[in-house]
Formats: sequence, structure tokens, C-alpha cells
Amino acid sequence: MLLGPSLAVSAILFSLGVVGVLLRRNAIVIFMCIELMLNAVNLTFVALSQQIGLDGQVFVFFVMTVAAAEAAVGLAIVIAVYRHRDTVNLQRINLLRG
Amino acid sequence: MTPLTGTAADWIWLAILLPFAGFLVNGAVAFLRPQSKRLVSAVGVGAVAAAFAVGVAVFVAVLRAHPAEPYVRTLWSWIPVGDLQVDAALQVDQLSVVMLLVVTGVSSLIHVFSIGYMQDDPGYARYFAYLNLFVAFMLVLVLGASYPVMFIGWEGVGLCSYLLIGFWFEEKEKADAGFKAFLVNRIGDFGFLVAMFLIFTHLGSLDFREVFARAPQTLLPGGGTVTAIALFLFMGCVGKSAQIPLYVWLPDAMAGPTPVSALIHAATMVTAGVYLVARSNILFAMSPVACAVVAGVGALTALFAATIGLKQWDIKKVLAYSTVSQLGYMFVGVGAGAYAAGVFHLITHAFFKALLFLGAGSVIHVMHRAYHHTHSHADAQDMRNMGGLAAYLPWTSRVMWVATLAIAGIPPLAGFFSKDEILGAAFARGAADPFYYVVWAFGLVGAFLTAFYMARLMLYTFHGPNRTGDLARPHLAEAPWVMTGPLVVLAVLTVLGGLLNLPHVETLQRWLEPLTERSAALLPALAPATGVEIALMALAALIGVGGIWLATRMLKPEALQTPERAPQETGFAKLLLEKYRVDELYAAVIVRPLVWFSRVVLWKGVDAGAIDTAGVNGSAALARGLGWIGSRLESGQVGTYVVFFVIGAIAVLAALLR
Repeated sequence: MLLGPSLAVSAILFSLGVVGVLLRRNAIVIFMCIELMLNAVNLTFVALSQQIGLDGQVFVFFVMTVAAAEAAVGLAIVIAVYRHRDTVNLQRINLLRG
Repeated sequence: MTPLTGTAADWIWLAILLPFAGFLVNGAVAFLRPQSKRLVSAVGVGAVAAAFAVGVAVFVAVLRAHPAEPYVRTLWSWIPVGDLQVDAALQVDQLSVVMLLVVTGVSSLIHVFSIGYMQDDPGYARYFAYLNLFVAFMLVLVLGASYPVMFIGWEGVGLCSYLLIGFWFEEKEKADAGFKAFLVNRIGDFGFLVAMFLIFTHLGSLDFREVFARAPQTLLPGGGTVTAIALFLFMGCVGKSAQIPLYVWLPDAMAGPTPVSALIHAATMVTAGVYLVARSNILFAMSPVACAVVAGVGALTALFAATIGLKQWDIKKVLAYSTVSQLGYMFVGVGAGAYAAGVFHLITHAFFKALLFLGAGSVIHVMHRAYHHTHSHADAQDMRNMGGLAAYLPWTSRVMWVATLAIAGIPPLAGFFSKDEILGAAFARGAADPFYYVVWAFGLVGAFLTAFYMARLMLYTFHGPNRTGDLARPHLAEAPWVMTGPLVVLAVLTVLGGLLNLPHVETLQRWLEPLTERSAALLPALAPATGVEIALMALAALIGVGGIWLATRMLKPEALQTPERAPQETGFAKLLLEKYRVDELYAAVIVRPLVWFSRVVLWKGVDAGAIDTAGVNGSAALARGLGWIGSRLESGQVGTYVVFFVIGAIAVLAALLR
């Protein structure tokens, strides 16, 4: 029931997230794209749980929890970087260049 | 159980342990209190004298029992590897006990002499430590009950020889002389090792008893195997005992202190090769070819070295070539199958050559002291600086004349009997194999030259006018009694040594019979007819007298000039003075090509070229290049990392879905 469309939507969302991460430079936008990818995966879990069982739905809760924690830590890092470098443009944050 | 169990022979290991302990004590003193000369002398001489006492006790035990079989004292299991079972074991039999007595006896005298000779040397303690270590290793060599144990002693004495030749290592040429001796000996040792491998492969054991018992049953007499074993063993002897073509190290070895030359390079170590052949007599007796090679090389060396001795000016060099020559006689003896005669000459030679070297040491000591007092830089060893020393060193002169007459083969001194027996054996063997007539003729000419160059040495050193120099002459005086005492003892031994093996009494030959009877059965009989024997003896004595007579007639000590004013030699005399240019020949043919090959090919080519460039620096450059590529990937751009990550994820997905 609506499995195909659901998976298609999640695939589109995930790809959008990947493309965003690849193309954008602003750390916060990239961050949002990562959230997009996580939620695309969540959608896949939920869609497939119709056939496979509730395990996927349980896993979604874990993903959301981790995503929330990640948001807290990640945004804190972004703020710290901004304070330090006056920018969140990742192309200019390349101290670990080899 | 043998008759020797429970006698002094059980304590044979003490004879080795005592000098070794002396080495440890003196070595420690050399580091901690190098000036305590009394302690060093007491320990050094005491240890060797105690070893001599052990030797006498063991000798008495062997004399009482006269066992038909060797007595082996096994100390511990040394190399237990599969079929190869080598024990650290010492062998007491008639031959080893004779060698034990000679080595410890002559060593004791030379140690006493060294007290006087080395008195003012800063390396006094070090010297005695090395000398004691030498005695310990020499006893391992002669007492070892198997080839590997003997080899330990063999290498050990080589080490001590190296240390003592280069004793005054501040002088480059002396250090080089030690180095040369060590290297040349390695060539011979290679042969010894190969011989041991062959013996183990074919006979399955390295113990003397086993090898000599199995060899006649397992190996074909005169066959290739036994000939190869004997010849490789002889290669070791050629190195150690300074025979052609490896004799070149011995004259250079005179760079060491003179008592060392007497002990190591005349009386004991260099005779190890003769001992090895006498010990392995059954292997040599089984191979006529090896016997002929041994006798031939010995005869050639005896003559060749004697000719060089004719024109040397350094008193020690004359004696060095004389030693090479006399070692040649010993090999003629053992090569002709007269093992007792070879060992007999080894013993008498140990007496008179040690005496000659110590006498020369006494002369050099006195000359050196005189030149030291007058701050002269003249050569204290050059006979052209001596002359007329009999007036200043009466005792040294007398005892050295005794030794000279002995080595020249004047009856009834020791050298006459031993050399005559060797030449007689070679002559007798000539009846079966005419080759030995040639050997005999070489030996006879060599004996004549020996008498000549020894008389020359004595005339130039002790007779005629003194050439030491007016300033230095008042300082010439006889050496102290610690030096002349051993000389007198050795002179007595030189006079009486012939009694060991008088013709037709043959004490030593009968004594050694348990060890040589099996090989004697393989060889043609060596007893010539009585008339021939007497004729040979008369000839030998005549030749000795003739050589000395010719020297006194031909040589004019009065006309001799000091080295600075001496005329240039020409022709054959120059060639003799330059020792046939053999060292130069070896340098051109072997040393320089080897150095060139090592430098250009091995060093510049292989080491600097291949290993350094391709190997060491090449791998470093490879690592750096790979690291450079890796560091380009590490751009610091998060975006780039994500691209790789995505590519990787897609690749994994593609692999999973395929």
C-alpha cells in the first residue's frame, strides 16, 4: 500500500540531501541537508515496516534521537567555528589540509 | 675403563684452566692496576708453571700405564645435534702428553724471560694476559679429543697470535702485520673446516678415536675421499705452519715482542700443523698422494725459505725464515711417514729455536737499551749495527752458538739427530717412490744453507768489530739473569734433546707406537741398511760442518758497513734480500685485484650503486612519492571528502547489488 510512491519520495529526498551536501558551502545548509537524508531514511523505515514489522518504526525513534543530539552538538560546533573564523563557509575552513 | 682412570690424567683439564685463570686475573689487572708488575709476573709465570706441573704429573701417569688406547676425559656434551655428537673432551695419550710437556715447559721458560724483556713496557699486564691465554688455547689444541675441540684451540692460538703480533699497535705496520697473519691463516682454516665437513660426511664422527678407527674400514686407501680429506687438512697446516704458499705471514709476525716470536712463532703454535698431521697420521698414510704433497711442500719450503734467510739483515727475520725452513723439514718427516721423526724435530726445534729467538731477544734488548740511553734511532735489530757482541754478552753468545750448532746439524746436539732422522726417512722412502729422493736432495741442500745462514748470523752479530756506535757502546752489557737463566736451561735441553730418540734406541718412536702402528703397517718400511744409515749420518754432519766452514771463509765481518753506508745489493743477492718479491707478487696478483674488485664493484657498484640507490634511497623515494599522492587527497575541504565518501558508498552499493 503506497510502498512504491513512499520509497520513491524517500529516494528523491535522500538524493536531494546528498546533492545539497555536495554542492552547498554553508555549514548550516549542509547540516540541514544531512537532516534531510536522515529523514529520507526514516521514511524508508516506516514505509517498509508495513511488510517487515515494527522493528523499522522502533529504529526511527532511535534515528530521531540521534539526529536531535547531533543537531545540538553540530550547531554548537558551527557557532564555535563562526566565533573563531567569522565564517561558516566550509571552503575556507581547511586547516587539516595535507 | 682404561689404566689411566683415577690417575692424574683425570685432572688434565687443570692444565688448561690454570693459564686461563691467569689470563682472567692478568686481564683484570691490566684494566684496574696496570702498574702492579709483581702481581702480574707471579700470576703469569705461576699459572704456566703450575700447568707444567700438571703436565709432569700426567706424563708420569702415562709413563706408568703406557696405555694402548688413548684416555679421553669427557667434560660435558658440547654439540649434541642429531647425528653430530661432539663432547668437550680432552685426550691423554703418548702424543698429546709429549706436546703438553713441550708447550708448558717452553712456555714457562719464555714467561720467565718475558719478565726481563717486557720490564719497562707500559702494556706489561696486557702482555702476560695474552701470553697466558695463548698457553690455554695451545693446550686446548694439543689436548682436544676431537677435531672441533682442536679447532677451538687452533683458532684461539690464531687470535692470540694476532693480538701479540700487533701488541704495539700504535705503529701501523705492526698492526698490519697482525692483520696479515690473521687473514692468511683464515685461508688455511677454510681448508681445515672443509676437511672436518668431509670427515663427518664420510665417517659420521669427528672424535679422533672414532675417525681413526673407522677410516681404514670405511675409506678406500689411496682413494679420492681420503686424499681430499688429507689435503684439506694439510691446507690448514700450510696456513698455520707457514708453508709455501701461505708462509708470508710468519716473517711479518716478527713485529711482535721477541719472546712472542720465540713462543708462538717458533716453538709452539706454528708447529700445530705438524701436530695435526702426526695426530691424523692414519688419514695421511692411507693416501700416498697426500703424503707426497706434504713432503714435497715441506722440502720446497725448507729450501726456499733457507735461501731467503741467506741475505736478511734483521736478526729476527733470519730466524723467521729459518723457522719456516725448519717447519718444512718437519713436514718432510711426517710426509715421508716418519711421524715420530717429525714430532722429534718439532720438540728439538722448540728447544733450539726458542733458544735462538730468546738469545736474539736478549741481543735486541741490550741493543735497544744502549740506543735508548743515547737517544739514537738506529735499528736495534739490524745485524749491521751489531758485531763483536760476544765480548759484551758472553752468556748469550755461548748459548746461541750451542743452538746454532744444533740447528746446523752438528753431532751430538739435538738438531743433528732429528734432522738426520727426517732426511734418512725421506731417503729410505725413496726406494719405494723415487720422488722422495728429490725431497731428500732438497732437504740436504737446505741443511747446508741452514748451517751457512746461521753461521752468518752468529759471525755478524757476535764476532768481528763492533758497529754499534761509539756513543752507545759503553751501554752494552749482558741482560739480567731472568733472561739469561731460561737461555741456559734451553741450552741444556738443546744439548740433551737428542737423547729422546737416538738411532736404534728410538725411545720416542716406541713411545708413540700405539698411535702410529696402524699407519706404519700401510707404509713401506723406513729402516735403511746400517751402512747406508751411517753414510747418511756422516753426510748430514759433513754438510753442517761444511756450511759453517764456508760461512767463516766467505764472510768478512770486518768489511761489513752499517745500514746507512752499506753498498747496494745487485743481482740474485738483491732478489734474496727482497725475499723473491713474493709479497709484491701476492699484492699484484691477489691483494690489489681483490681491493679493486671490492672498491669498484662491491662498494661503488653493489653497495653504493644497487643497495644504496635502488634499495635504501629507492624505497624512501617510493614512500615519499606515495605519501605525496596521499597528501594531495587530503585537501582539508569537507566537500572533497564527501565526494569520495559518496563515490565509495555508491561503489559499495553497486557491489552489493550486482
